[in-house]
Amino acid sequence: MLWADKFAFVSVIFLLLILFCAVFGPMLLEDVATKQNLRGRNAPPFDFSKNWVYWLGGDALGRPLLARIVVASQNTIFVAAGAVFFSLAIGTALGLIAGYTTRTWSQVIMRLADIIMSFPSLLLAVIVLFMLESSVFNLVVVLAITRIPVYLRTARAETLEVRERMFVQAARVMGASTKRIIFRHILPVVFPTLITIATLDFAFVMLAESSLSFLGIGIQPPEITWGLMVAQGRPYLTTAWWLSFWPGLVIILTTLSLNLVSHWMRTALDPAQRWRLENVRKKNG
Amino acid sequence: MDNRLLSVKNLSVDFHTSHGTVHAVRDVSWHLDRGETLAILGESGSGKSVSASAILNLIDMPPGEITQGEILFEGRDVLTMSSEDRRNLNGHRIAMIFQDPLSHLNPVYTVGFQIAETMTAHGVDKAEARSRTISLMQRVGIPEPDTKVDAYPHQFSGGQRQRIMIAMALALKPDILIADEPTTALDVTVQAQILALLKELQQETGMGLLLITHDLGVVAEVADRVVVMNAGQIVETGTAAEVYHRPTHPYTKKLIAAIPGDGAMAEPLDSATKPILDITGLTKHYGSFVALDAANLTVLPGESVAIVGESGSGKSTLAKTVLRLEEATSGSALFEGRDLVSMNDKELFNLRRDIQMVFQDPTQSLNPRMSIFDIITEAFVIHPEILDKAQWKTRVCALLEQVGLKADHMYRYPHQFSGGQRQRIAIARALALEPKLIVCDEAVSALDVSIQAQVLSLLTGLQDELGLSYLFIAHDLPLVRDFAHRVIVMQAGKIVEQGPVAQIFDAPQQEYTRNLIAASLSPNPDIQAERRAAARQLHGVDA
Repeated sequence: MLWADKFAFVSVIFLLLILFCAVFGPMLLEDVATKQNLRGRNAPPFDFSKNWVYWLGGDALGRPLLARIVVASQNTIFVAAGAVFFSLAIGTALGLIAGYTTRTWSQVIMRLADIIMSFPSLLLAVIVLFMLESSVFNLVVVLAITRIPVYLRTARAETLEVRERMFVQAARVMGASTKRIIFRHILPVVFPTLITIATLDFAFVMLAESSLSFLGIGIQPPEITWGLMVAQGRPYLTTAWWLSFWPGLVIILTTLSLNLVSHWMRTALDPAQRWRLENVRKKNG
Repeated sequence: MDNRLLSVKNLSVDFHTSHGTVHAVRDVSWHLDRGETLAILGESGSGKSVSASAILNLIDMPPGEITQGEILFEGRDVLTMSSEDRRNLNGHRIAMIFQDPLSHLNPVYTVGFQIAETMTAHGVDKAEARSRTISLMQRVGIPEPDTKVDAYPHQFSGGQRQRIMIAMALALKPDILIADEPTTALDVTVQAQILALLKELQQETGMGLLLITHDLGVVAEVADRVVVMNAGQIVETGTAAEVYHRPTHPYTKKLIAAIPGDGAMAEPLDSATKPILDITGLTKHYGSFVALDAANLTVLPGESVAIVGESGSGKSTLAKTVLRLEEATSGSALFEGRDLVSMNDKELFNLRRDIQMVFQDPTQSLNPRMSIFDIITEAFVIHPEILDKAQWKTRVCALLEQVGLKADHMYRYPHQFSGGQRQRIAIARALALEPKLIVCDEAVSALDVSIQAQVLSLLTGLQDELGLSYLFIAHDLPLVRDFAHRVIVMQAGKIVEQGPVAQIFDAPQQEYTRNLIAASLSPNPDIQAERRAAARQLHGVDA
């Protein structure tokens, strides 16, 4: 069924590649990626006479960009995936509660969300990371907190709509428990929307992380992330565009792939839409 | 060259979907003259709306494609006209009104603005448009048009909104008015008023009226000629009386035979039996609004009790309160001697097995993400004491066969079924809990007439077989006549009359009941003509 959507198929392959880099990259290329080579400062890309790690060029200290992107994928994916996962899980849970239970709880949760939303997220991150030690874990926590309201508000709004649908009423008439109604009837309807938001948020979190790293309170050199690489390349944009371009491209491609996969997933998981994928397969076969 | 006002010749429309090409309309021809009412009659999916949409260029192309035919308006083929010319025709010479007036009126503009817009768009100046709007609103029967012209759509009732839609359509004195199911969403008494208004306006202006409907009663009331469509083809044409009295095509015969309201009425059950449900003084308030006012009624074992009334009469509130989907404000409802209004959650949970509900719209009452097997076995998951897990599959097979479906349907999803089949699934789900009482909230009103008859006979069959009781909520009186043992008539939250079905229909005591029965349309054009004549005598000449 995946083959039916060529874009999704390519995206999955790309994401698997990124995942492979994230898991094994630092192990294989850590040394190459951090070794300075002043003769190769800002080496231009596509110079195939050099070693293959220099094919995408070198950075301001002559470190090979390709190797650095591979190594940086670990921190980037860990921070982004962690933050998105936690904000998705917590936001969805609170949103379902706010949407399905009593007015009082709904009010409490929504006002909390309002507070987080009205407080500039970058400022919050700066304060927290200034007080706490800046580590990958703290970064994940801070980014997750600032993104919770997005999922919370969406989940609540959808829950309010779905709970009035007749199949939920039918389940209540059968005597279904609140837990069953939420997890069996409401969540499956709400979830595809949230997953789509999550994939878009992935890019947002990657860039937020780079802003924090740029301010010096996120990931610190010599640790690297894609966002940090973009930030480090900024001063050289006029003379050596490739410093920011390649990590930026990887961020875009990763987000795009996630988006295409989530689109495919939404179709594949919806019984009423699934035929679209099956039909194409038949045509190809 | 003919001099018809509008004629459709050999029209075929295809829709190209990923499932393949659907021939929505095949080789359809009909015509409409000035001052004439033509009804296109068909069930859902018959293609009855497609040819009308083609006239007004409302078909999305692609996926739609007009493969052959022509549509002649005063002798000119609209399909080959420039889009500029067609825009001048649409709204100006040919206007349309729709089924659901609420969704076709923009909620953020006043109705006066929206009616005037039709005129200003075709070059009438603003001040004149406004004065004409007010006189139009007066003509279609909106009270106080001078002030109501600045009101918003939500401030009107459903019937008034349809009147406003009609005013909008008539703003430029069109030659043809296309009405697509204009009264389907309205109560019977309002339906009668709207149809009378359309008739009057037609006599005044001499316009041709094209009426698209599924309701033979509407056809009998207003149509001069009728075109019956099935599966994209015209199966029969003729005057309304010809088609009703002498249908030639088997499909038309089947359609007419399926119309409720002619069968024998059920005998009342022995009232000495102990009632399964005994409701006393049941009341429900929403703030200061009284939705249900001290309702008293009983349901005997094996009895079908119908609750009829127009929208807002409190019949659905009654059902929801009995099912504890809404909490009653006061009163009691004894089910087998136990008061379900004051039950705690645990007692209520056990009671859920005994009282089940079948909802109005089977498209919405089945979770689209669950297979039929999951939907039916949910009953056993929630109440595990009913059945051992090993036997679920055989039981689901048996239930599906009991409601007239096949066992291998259980792995499919709701969207793969037709409306009637989905309602059967909903009934199977209710039966899975082995209930004693089933509350049917408008359970067949979303279905086509022939499907309605099938579902009702299924319900009656199940009643004989399993001794079920039904609390059957409906707005359609002929339907109730064939089905119920006893009828309860509700108005504005109160029960105004109740009694055995024969008594309600043959000797109604209350004015409201009489009006309700008189307003429901008979499919026989002769009966409708007689009723119109009687009404004219009763109300004087102007009615």
